[in-house]
Amino acid sequence: MIGLTHYLVVAAVIFTIGIFGIFLNRKNVIIIMMSIELMLLAVNINLVAFSTYLHDLVGQVFALLILTVAAGEAAIGLAILVTYFRNRGTIAVDDINMMKG
Amino acid sequence: MAITFFFYLFAIAATASAVLVITARNPVHSVLFLILCFFNAAGLFVLMGAEFLAMILVVVYVGAVAVLFLFVVMMLDVDFVELREGMAQYLPIGGVIGLVLLVEMILLLGTWTISPDLIAQAAAPAATDITNTQAIGQVLYTKYVFFFQMAGLILLVAMVGAIMLTMRHRTGVKRQVIADQVARSPKDVVVKDVKSGEGLQ
Repeated sequence: MIGLTHYLVVAAVIFTIGIFGIFLNRKNVIIIMMSIELMLLAVNINLVAFSTYLHDLVGQVFALLILTVAAGEAAIGLAILVTYFRNRGTIAVDDINMMKG
Repeated sequence: MAITFFFYLFAIAATASAVLVITARNPVHSVLFLILCFFNAAGLFVLMGAEFLAMILVVVYVGAVAVLFLFVVMMLDVDFVELREGMAQYLPIGGVIGLVLLVEMILLLGTWTISPDLIAQAAAPAATDITNTQAIGQVLYTKYVFFFQMAGLILLVAMVGAIMLTMRHRTGVKRQVIADQVARSPKDVVVKDVKSGEGLQ
């Protein structure tokens, strides 16, 4: 029988893969953003799992809001990336130091 | 039995495609594996009885966010091989931190139980006689309408921000200026009577 813990383990694994992805691709902003999307997906799986097993719809409403914020974050992040690439001709994270104080 | 089979199918496929997202050589493949991961997560949502969120996940993530990623990856002319340099250098520290985090989270999962009182305290108890979409609609448009409007506002701000960031006015490009066109009068224009066969001199 599949219980709450099964879903939470899947979410924990996907979240860890997201964090690992940020460490692994430290130069590539696009992969880093994809890793952030993976982490948000893991959070959503957690919320929906709890929502189902507590018979409470608030978790699903909250997951909907996270989905909205994730979509906005991706749009803004990619827009910044495109602008940055237009100015500097690269997207390597090491070179993003224009605002260094 | 079928639920168990499908759970492991979706869970393993989601985890495997998540691993491939971060390890794929070609970023286009990464985006495609991200799409696969989202589809499998949507399958998990269906198994949990959250059909509406599963469909929203497919529409929003696969239909909008992943396509946006694909668009940017293909539009930027970046040497991705160069960006992969130093990957082996970060592998040990990343692996250690990831492993510690995973072990911590899984240890945490095994040590607690949900209090039975918590189920009785549900803020918006899920009705069993209506569909999931209807149930979400009943709470989203009444009790949580403020949050719903707030989400719309966030999307509006994100849209304005993205357009403002990427829109640029190039110099040296002739554009149509409607005010100037309308304000033209015959006095400003040079009109010459050209006889046929002579041309302008």
